Amino acid sequence: MNWIYAPWPWYIAGPLIGLTVPALYLAGNKSFGISSTLRHLCAACIPTKVPFFQYDWKKESWNLLFVAGITVGAFIAATWLRLPNEEIQLNPALKQNLSAHYGITHFTTLLPVEVFGYQHLGELRTWIFSLFGGFLVGFGTRYAGGCTSGHAITGLSTLQWPSLVATITFMIAGIFASWFIVPFLLSIKI
Amino acid sequence: MSTNPSPVECKNESSVSEQGLALVKYVILGILFGITFVKAEIISWFRIQEMFHFQSFHMYGVIGSAVAVGLISMQLIKRFHIKTLSGEEVRITPKKYNKGTVIGSIFFGFGWAITGACPGPIYAQIGAGFLVSLITLLGAIGGTFVYGVLKDKLPH
Repeated sequence: MNWIYAPWPWYIAGPLIGLTVPALYLAGNKSFGISSTLRHLCAACIPTKVPFFQYDWKKESWNLLFVAGITVGAFIAATWLRLPNEEIQLNPALKQNLSAHYGITHFTTLLPVEVFGYQHLGELRTWIFSLFGGFLVGFGTRYAGGCTSGHAITGLSTLQWPSLVATITFMIAGIFASWFIVPFLLSIKI
Repeated sequence: MSTNPSPVECKNESSVSEQGLALVKYVILGILFGITFVKAEIISWFRIQEMFHFQSFHMYGVIGSAVAVGLISMQLIKRFHIKTLSGEEVRITPKKYNKGTVIGSIFFGFGWAITGACPGPIYAQIGAGFLVSLITLLGAIGGTFVYGVLKDKLPH
């Protein structure tokens, strides 16, 4: 049973994620895509007359149930299938850089507590990384018509060239941001 | 409700309407997916920085092998005309290209690097107990809403 507690390698996780594409098609002709749930949540929760949100979101309830499942699955894995205080096996260069320049010294949680810990909700930095970062994710994915699941995984699996354009673009943008924007935001000390 | 001229039209491809217990299968698939997300550390902000700094093969391996397995399965479905559980033909929604595909992806790439999460992992981070990710989710819902409001004014 050791394998279940140890982190899973890419060659187990990748194929499992890839199988989600045919599984959802065969389960009920559903196209695997997660950013759409953000739109359904808007349509379901925000009273608005904006035409973009005037549709029968209940017909898409499978999508919301799927992400509810993701939340539950993540809870199960984090609560029962993980050894407590186990250090994540990260590249030493990354750890060195984060601890030397940005005060990030804990590597036992999947997210840096110094940035995403609720203890730091009084700091501007935490809000920039969560609220502002989240805003870019929501705005960008809807503008682009998909995210990693809809474009990179489903779109490429079904040989759609717009998805290849999207994937290349958000990978390059991510690389740029990780090198030049994230370090600047991390250095905010308010 | 279907008069929306959106280039990113919401679609429910199945003509069979599913309710109640028929929807449980999506919850189960979601649970398996969420477990995989956490166990392979895909929801980790650290892993995303590693990927964008070319310091680890892990995330490239995950995404690459996911696409390979997805591609092979979809080709098999096509080749052998495999039907859905309710006996329908599998229908693939075409992704349409417009300027938003590029402009939107730039915004998304920035957000992905900052939050360390694409939309799926946001839900998984919340489930894994990172409550600040609820704020990330609120931001993402807000971003989607602002897009919906500005849609006709944005270049497409």
